[in-house]
Amino acid sequence: MSAHPVTPAAGPAGPPALRVRNLSVGFGRSGADPVVSGISFEVAAGECLAIVGESGSGKSVTARTLLGLAGADARVQADEMSIAGASVLALSEASWRRRRGRDVGLVLQDALSSLDPLRPVGREIADSLRLHTTLAPAERSSRVLELLDSVGLPDGELRSRQRSGELSGGQRQRALIASAIALDPPLLIADEPTTALDVTVQAQILELLERIKRRGTALILISHDLAVVSRIADRVAVMSNGRIVETGPTHEVLGRPRHAETRAMVAAVPAGKPRGTLLAAPRAAGPAAPATAAAAAAAAAASAATSAATATPRPARAAAPDIGPAIVLEATGLTKGFRMPGGTRLLAVDDVSFRLERGTTLGIVGESGSGKTTTARLVLALSAPDHGEVRVLGRPWSSVSEQDRRPLRTSVGAIYQDALGSFDPRLSVRDILRHAVALDGPRRPDTGRPALFGAHNGEAQARVAELLDRVRLSPALLDRRPLELSGGQRQRVGIARALASRPQILVCDEPVSALDVGVQAQVLDLLDELQRELALSLLFISHDLGVVQHVSDRVAVMNEGRIVEQADAPSFFASPTHPYTRRLLSAVPRLP
Amino acid sequence: MSDLELQAELGLGARRQGATRRPRRIAVAEGLAGAVALFLVLSAVMPQLVAPGDPLAIDPLQAFQPPSLPHWFGTDESGRDLYTRVVHGTGNSLLIGVLATTIGLGLGVLLGTLAGMLGGFVDFTVNRVLEVLFAFPGLLLALLVILIYGPGVATATIAVGLSTAPGYARIIRAQLVQVRSSAFVEAATVQGLTPRRILARHILPNTLAPLLVLATLGVGQAIVWATALSYLGLGAQPPAAEWGAMLSAGRTYITSAWWMSFFPGLFIVLTAVTATTLGRAIERRMRHA
Amino acid sequence: MAEPVRRTPALRRLAARLGGAVFVLWAVATLTFFAVRLIPGDPAEAILGGPGSQASAEALASVRAEYGLDQPILVQYLAQLGRLAGGDLGRSYALKLDVGPLVLSQLGGTLVLAGLALALAWLIALALATWSTRGGRIAARVGSGLEIVAASLPHFWLATALIVLFSIWLGVLPPISTPGPAGLVLPVLTLALPLAGFLGQIIREPLLTALESPFVLSALARGESARGVRWNHAIRHAAIPAISLSGWAFGSLISGAVVVETVFARPGLGRTLLNAVTVRDVPVVIGVVMVVAVAYILMTLLTDAATRIADPRTRAR
Repeated sequence: MSAHPVTPAAGPAGPPALRVRNLSVGFGRSGADPVVSGISFEVAAGECLAIVGESGSGKSVTARTLLGLAGADARVQADEMSIAGASVLALSEASWRRRRGRDVGLVLQDALSSLDPLRPVGREIADSLRLHTTLAPAERSSRVLELLDSVGLPDGELRSRQRSGELSGGQRQRALIASAIALDPPLLIADEPTTALDVTVQAQILELLERIKRRGTALILISHDLAVVSRIADRVAVMSNGRIVETGPTHEVLGRPRHAETRAMVAAVPAGKPRGTLLAAPRAAGPAAPATAAAAAAAAAASAATSAATATPRPARAAAPDIGPAIVLEATGLTKGFRMPGGTRLLAVDDVSFRLERGTTLGIVGESGSGKTTTARLVLALSAPDHGEVRVLGRPWSSVSEQDRRPLRTSVGAIYQDALGSFDPRLSVRDILRHAVALDGPRRPDTGRPALFGAHNGEAQARVAELLDRVRLSPALLDRRPLELSGGQRQRVGIARALASRPQILVCDEPVSALDVGVQAQVLDLLDELQRELALSLLFISHDLGVVQHVSDRVAVMNEGRIVEQADAPSFFASPTHPYTRRLLSAVPRLP
Repeated sequence: MSDLELQAELGLGARRQGATRRPRRIAVAEGLAGAVALFLVLSAVMPQLVAPGDPLAIDPLQAFQPPSLPHWFGTDESGRDLYTRVVHGTGNSLLIGVLATTIGLGLGVLLGTLAGMLGGFVDFTVNRVLEVLFAFPGLLLALLVILIYGPGVATATIAVGLSTAPGYARIIRAQLVQVRSSAFVEAATVQGLTPRRILARHILPNTLAPLLVLATLGVGQAIVWATALSYLGLGAQPPAAEWGAMLSAGRTYITSAWWMSFFPGLFIVLTAVTATTLGRAIERRMRHA
Repeated sequence: MAEPVRRTPALRRLAARLGGAVFVLWAVATLTFFAVRLIPGDPAEAILGGPGSQASAEALASVRAEYGLDQPILVQYLAQLGRLAGGDLGRSYALKLDVGPLVLSQLGGTLVLAGLALALAWLIALALATWSTRGGRIAARVGSGLEIVAASLPHFWLATALIVLFSIWLGVLPPISTPGPAGLVLPVLTLALPLAGFLGQIIREPLLTALESPFVLSALARGESARGVRWNHAIRHAAIPAISLSGWAFGSLISGAVVVETVFARPGLGRTLLNAVTVRDVPVVIGVVMVVAVAYILMTLLTDAATRIADPRTRAR
């Protein structure tokens, strides 16, 4: 089916699949700063170029511009922009329409929303054929089946009649890819194609994209995560503030990153970095000033030094208060089932036991549907187990009434994946923290209500300021509402709130999975620092084994409601025993 | 779904779009609506200031005058100045709307809170009752009330209030249930707040915050319904200076004196549009204040 | 995520819905039965023409016996339920006619009026929403302003304005609903415009959301045209919330019919109801209310089914 050269080499034989010279894209007033300014790159048939950058770096605008979909109010300028040798600059909408899907295909992230949820996926795929070919409907359907088969979706007859909501994340993404390659376009653009997918599924999708590439399609892969793209990209272009700051063969860019931005990205990948290694260059509190290259380089060097220093066995954590038991949290035989529509019962958590030692981190890792979120809810006593028990600081926790549990609640803090949803939308950051601080403080003897309350209470204000400082947030943010903060800032407020009651245990339920890799690095660093300084014990729940590997002293792997393997981190990663664990581990994106 | 729920859904539902965008400045429409609202309130509180004449002063020689400089809105069959009458009718019409909304909202909050807070059997019962009331759509419930108690301003007001109550109740209940199961209420539990404090600090404020918006949107709707009842001869009766009654009186002369029907109705439309615009503006601002 | 979706057996769901409908009907009948007992005065007197009629004691007694008013209230209630279950709506006090046939004879006209208005409202709303979401910011402002104003138009005033404009000034359409298509134009327009305003507002937001969603971007990237995106994808997403409000729209049309039929002197359920309320003809009021309740319940059932067909996602729930 390949009409294109199969050899991936960008030989002098023909024009590259895509060539862009000096492309700038701006929006709004003509004086406004362009979102993309003066970038140049090219991709040959059978080659994969990864464009990597943080959100807002201009990478997605670049992708849309390559399809003529930057928007009606976009100003696109370039010296050259050509697909397969033909210029696509200043094309009319009608001629763009003829090219889209035929000359260039697009795969977006999260096919749940990228495929029309009301239409069967077969119709979505067939649309490409309907728009660009003269095939009869029956021929289209048989071609759809072929396509589904070629992207690794058997049962095409059934799948093509299903809607995206009825498919799993991986199946959906495959269907979306099928719709993008239906006409075998010489150029395929994949914008964060694996974000929000489980790691094993992510690995499969990357494999599929690589297969498509080997067939001779030129592939542009857009991502915020260097580790993900390093698997299949031949070359990498790093974008920052609308410019390509560094470009070159993948192994060179990753092996010897020259630009500060690239270094920061390389450093931010948690997988394989020993416990305690700084992932992010230390930045000033608040809205970080763009670090100069030199400063960032120095910081990166410092972080490398730290990494060397902490690669040795970590020193015993400072000042672990030797009050209380060594096991701060213990779950024994936790079981929780839910009734499914139709009457069957689903055991979301099935005989799960673990112990969290004081001052350490227990990582619980599992893919979606593994029961890890239910486990978190049981640990936080937001729901009660059917069997088994949770004990906190050696005292009964899940087996007592909420009223009896409440005094102990101050010892258990929590941060959530959806930090925004965990805040009362009416409250400002100041109010959120003030309430949290008041809860911890002394009570008025007469009313039993918190004494540390009221906007003008100096002690409360001091505590709030201290908490902000702990999580490195600028006091300027105090009067904002969480809605107006960035994802990383929201999670910091969440951490500050959790710390207000001076907890001994911090339950972290997917705390970084909604964040970009760069922001994730900063939050992980912060958690690590807090753990050391405050002797916190962390229960760290995540779908990302790379993150868990970086933060954990002990790891438990959950699959289908059960813990399939549990061990101390070093031996766990050195010699995983369960086949599922091995599969999971091999799928973790890491730098070569 | 009732008219009111729909209004609320449209007013409150705008949050999905551009949720993080702050309103930049007062939009033209909002400014206009504010000015009209000010004018209406002034007309209601101090009609003499806006229209110094006597709304009931008869001048048979001036009957059926079309709009002119001395009579902006023309005159009616007895030569009464329509502009004066419309302005003086504002108080009555607004009062009926506000009272009806208060009745409806009060009952709705009571029922909705009971159902949402107590849950279980109470919730089930309240929900069934609401379901039954919704089978009397729109004006039907109001007409039933009037059938029982007879026509009149008081009955019409109560009737409109009662027929909006189920809508309010369902909105309040839904809001309460949604807030109660929200992530931030769980987070408060995890923090160790007592149920009573969670209720006082998080659940009630977040449930009742939309009430202002609901009330604003509701007043417009209530005025339209109440004037409709007056128009049908079931509410305020002519020659009372009330918009619906004036329209009803103008009906007889529609072929010869269109202005008798046009201007009172225009004020009703203005009020309803203003209420909708203001309600939405308040909602947008509350989200970002 | 990929759990096979288990569906409640269709029959069981249907049974539950029908049970709910029967319950609501029973409650409506009960509520109205006891509510009209609250009417001050003697029903027998009302039947004979109100307190002013000075009916003789014998006449009152015979009327009580004829209408069963001398029975204990519980017996009357059960008898009423029995009659209703058999489709007998009683006898009009004022018109001395059987209510059932009377209401049925009026039903057709109202249904025609409401049906045409609903169709026209959908057309206007779709046209306005699609035009104003395509034509840039100013068109969007104008569109949404028009919708808010249209939704705020009271039927009685709109009817008056239309009569003045088309019948009196232009003289092209009859001010009174004459039989025939010309007589229907103004009543239908009066009912349709405000409803179109509401529908347009309901459609607008999901339409905009859909047009900005990733699946539309995917479709565009496949080479779909702006028009194709609109009609193959976005319109369906936009229509679902409005379809699910058909029950409400029906209620609002019936309310509107009371006014519109009165203004245009058009025979129908609404006018019958208003007249009955005015002269306190209790059986007719109850009859109309029961018929409207039945229609409303049927409408909600249909709406449910339509939504499930239009939106496969709701089937999983």
